[in-house]
Amino acid sequence: MTDVSVTELSREEREAQERELREVWRTPSGWRYWTSVNNTEIGLWYGAAAFIFMLFAGVLALLVRVQLAVPENRFLSADVFNQAFTLHGTVMMFLFAVPIFEAVAIFLLPSMLGARELPFPRLSAFGFWSFALGGVFVCGSIFFGAAPNTGWFMYPPLATDKEYSGIGADIWLLGLSFIEVASIAAAVELIVGIMKCRAPGMRINMMPLFAWYLLIVAGMILFAFPPLIAGDILFEMERMFDWPFFDAERGGDPLLWQHLFWIFGHPEVYIIFLPAIAIMAMIVPTFAQRPIVGYSWIVLAAVGTGFLSFGLWVHHMFTTGLPQISLAFFSAASEAVAIPTGVQIFVFIATLLAGRVIFSVPMLFGAGGLAIFVIGGLTGVMVALVPFDWQAHDTYFVVAHLHYVLIGGMLFPVVAGIYYYYPLINARRLSDRLGKIAFWLMFVGFNVAFFPMHLSGLRGMPRRVFTYPADIGWDWFNLISTIGAFIFAAGVAVVVIDVVRPKHRQPKQEMNPWNAGTLEWISEPEESWGVRSIPIIKSRYPIWDQPGLLDDIKAGRYYLPDAQDGARETLVTSVLDARPLQCLRVGGTSILTMVAAFSLGGVFIALTFHWWILTLVCAVLTIAAIIAWLWTGTAEIPRLEERDIGLGKTLPLYSSGPQSVGWWGMFITMAGDSTAYASLMFGYFFYWTIHDDFTAGHAGPGIGWPILAAALFVFAWFAMLLARRVNAADRPGMTRAALISSALLTVAGCIAGLAGPHFYAMDPTAHVYPAIVWVVAIWTVVHAAVAIVMQAYCLARSLAGRMSARHDMDLQNVVLYWHFLVITAITSFGVLGLFPAVR
Amino acid sequence: MRLFPKEVESLWTLFTGPSIWAAHFLGCSIAVAVYCEKAGEAPITFAQMRLFLVLITLLALAGIVLSAWLAWRQWGFGSGDPPHDAPTREDRLLFQGFATLLLSGLSFVAVLFVAVPLVLIEACQP
Repeated sequence: MTDVSVTELSREEREAQERELREVWRTPSGWRYWTSVNNTEIGLWYGAAAFIFMLFAGVLALLVRVQLAVPENRFLSADVFNQAFTLHGTVMMFLFAVPIFEAVAIFLLPSMLGARELPFPRLSAFGFWSFALGGVFVCGSIFFGAAPNTGWFMYPPLATDKEYSGIGADIWLLGLSFIEVASIAAAVELIVGIMKCRAPGMRINMMPLFAWYLLIVAGMILFAFPPLIAGDILFEMERMFDWPFFDAERGGDPLLWQHLFWIFGHPEVYIIFLPAIAIMAMIVPTFAQRPIVGYSWIVLAAVGTGFLSFGLWVHHMFTTGLPQISLAFFSAASEAVAIPTGVQIFVFIATLLAGRVIFSVPMLFGAGGLAIFVIGGLTGVMVALVPFDWQAHDTYFVVAHLHYVLIGGMLFPVVAGIYYYYPLINARRLSDRLGKIAFWLMFVGFNVAFFPMHLSGLRGMPRRVFTYPADIGWDWFNLISTIGAFIFAAGVAVVVIDVVRPKHRQPKQEMNPWNAGTLEWISEPEESWGVRSIPIIKSRYPIWDQPGLLDDIKAGRYYLPDAQDGARETLVTSVLDARPLQCLRVGGTSILTMVAAFSLGGVFIALTFHWWILTLVCAVLTIAAIIAWLWTGTAEIPRLEERDIGLGKTLPLYSSGPQSVGWWGMFITMAGDSTAYASLMFGYFFYWTIHDDFTAGHAGPGIGWPILAAALFVFAWFAMLLARRVNAADRPGMTRAALISSALLTVAGCIAGLAGPHFYAMDPTAHVYPAIVWVVAIWTVVHAAVAIVMQAYCLARSLAGRMSARHDMDLQNVVLYWHFLVITAITSFGVLGLFPAVR
Repeated sequence: MRLFPKEVESLWTLFTGPSIWAAHFLGCSIAVAVYCEKAGEAPITFAQMRLFLVLITLLALAGIVLSAWLAWRQWGFGSGDPPHDAPTREDRLLFQGFATLLLSGLSFVAVLFVAVPLVLIEACQP
């Protein structure tokens, strides 16, 4: 089976190993069950929560459809109608479409990659709890009549009008910012997991396509979500403190929000679509019983779509009066993205043509979904043309288009995935009969509901109207749509019944009931250790091509068949060729992640209601919980330096710098953070572009203070480099001195940074120029404050004897953070100080 | 001095073509957005800016062709056919070369798409 011969273990030895593993990976019982961080539990909770939110938003959609069924209807008031459609869109996008992919990924990826766990299991748990709490908060608002009511993209000036939008807009902004944190946490987890935790031998040309897609999607999240976070910050500053970022009277511009929202919003469509297609890329080969045709072409499609999707955002803004040549660039890119999207569909068709197709419920949903998606794609090509869009913009034509894309491109493949992967959850299949009934109800109902919307849209029916007169030719279309919506909902209900109906009488099935070839089917639903031993992979479809693989894995004949030190362990391998590099110990069950998520949730919720003291208390609690989590669960110094992982191989247990997953986690997080920062700077230059004099005669922060601040940050950065160097020479006293001086320089830098706008009496409520200067300065100073906490943490680690020349992971990661911080500081204070003078 | 860089083994080379597309796209859209807002005080005419952007486009296309050539070399000048799924370093390199080549092709076409407005539109047309 492997290149290295091993002595076969006796049955007793094997059982002893299994007992050890079972104990280490045990899911706690009782209420402590909820403190589990195991990927199978987190994935399942995540998926279930997202699904429940979806059903809730579906009910809202049915209310909307009932209201529109007949003209002049009084079923819902205009205000409730506004809340219902806003919440429907918001929940479907933020609480279902994006999180469901995180759920599927967290559940499937470890076993698909042949790993025991993803590298940061506690981060996944933190992400889940943040998501669940934020979701309940946002959804619950409608029961108090306080839900957001300005449409899911929250355009100012409607959404900044406090009298109209009430507290709903704050709930949207803060609740969703909180959930975005969860998405970015998932992105970090997935990128590091896919790049560094694959089973030995799984080179990048052998990665499951699902992993390729997820890698791209996680990268897209890093660049798509932060602009929205930046936009949320500006928006909330306007709502809370009257800083006029989107108020045209004081130099602001509502269009900046549209840019920031859609820089997020358009890639988001592909962030939703690609993972669903990734599920199809796993299902199609199984039911064609052959490898995918054109593996490289799928990689082309995933990467190509990932990039091109960032060049489309202005096609949501074709009617805002931008110069036509600008619109044309975005129109061109919108047409270009059809190429990679089409490629993947042709790859699936080719695979099916080349294999022996087995028809099944997952294939039914997959094929039906793709057919719907193609129609949505074609109307997408239509609305990407500027002149057509001028006619169709904000009509039901667009509503039809986006539902064809999202339901065909995402919901149907996800249901296909539920039918396909259900045996991994409880070793039994869902009912074929119910599946077929559900499919036909959903497929027919969907088309009956949404196809007429194209026509009502072309007849001029605008989206988001709560009612309409009888005599203008919209009534029949709307009635048919409503009937279709209920047929569709009946189909969804059948799926729900099939999933939740008790199945204990149904016999358990063998593993891998569909005879799939990929590694996720090695996972045993009854055990929580992920894989019994970590295999050596030699094929894209190892279960098909490596005879005896399942038996060898289950008999513990591969790597890490035991849990010697009572620690949860997985392997870290190299990016390209998956050579084993390190035995990684990951965090186990902990309540800290839950405390951190709930207290962070407290910060956001208290902010919504302007309860400042509670905000502060929750913030302190959050920081304390995160520090406790880091102190007890990360960069632990192992008892022994190395570990025998089996098959005659020994690997280090500790590594730092670019070798370690922690360093990559920091790097990726900061890449996302920098994107948010870049979005703020985009705002600064945006205001410069649209005004003849963007300062409008207001005083700037001067040149002296900002330059001094930048210089102090550069010195502080040098001190950090020095700290790293003397620590490497094993001189703890010097290291501590360097850390302290760097922290002092940072404090001085913060004071100098804020002194400019303060001493020049810049009033952020007077005009957008002082406001944007303050925001950039505060952003930088907040990051510096985090840096000071990190420096203090390193100092404490050093004093506690937990940091040395050999064990320097904390310091390495903090220096990496400082590289990003010094770039931020130089850019911020350089621009704030010098740009007004040189422009 | 060597004319072409040595072969590098990295995941990042895969993204060369799309990154050039992204840089070109951003360059064009930012240049036009700023020019059209500040047309009154701009020291150049629209025609001059258009010419400049056409030059940028040619530069981007040249960059993509270079990346395609490097990918073609990594793919062994087309000596082997996909799927490149053997568990060897050679096949992994061939796969990377082939996938990079495909992406260069897509990026080339996408840059041409974005350049079309430069040919057809002669003013900001607000």
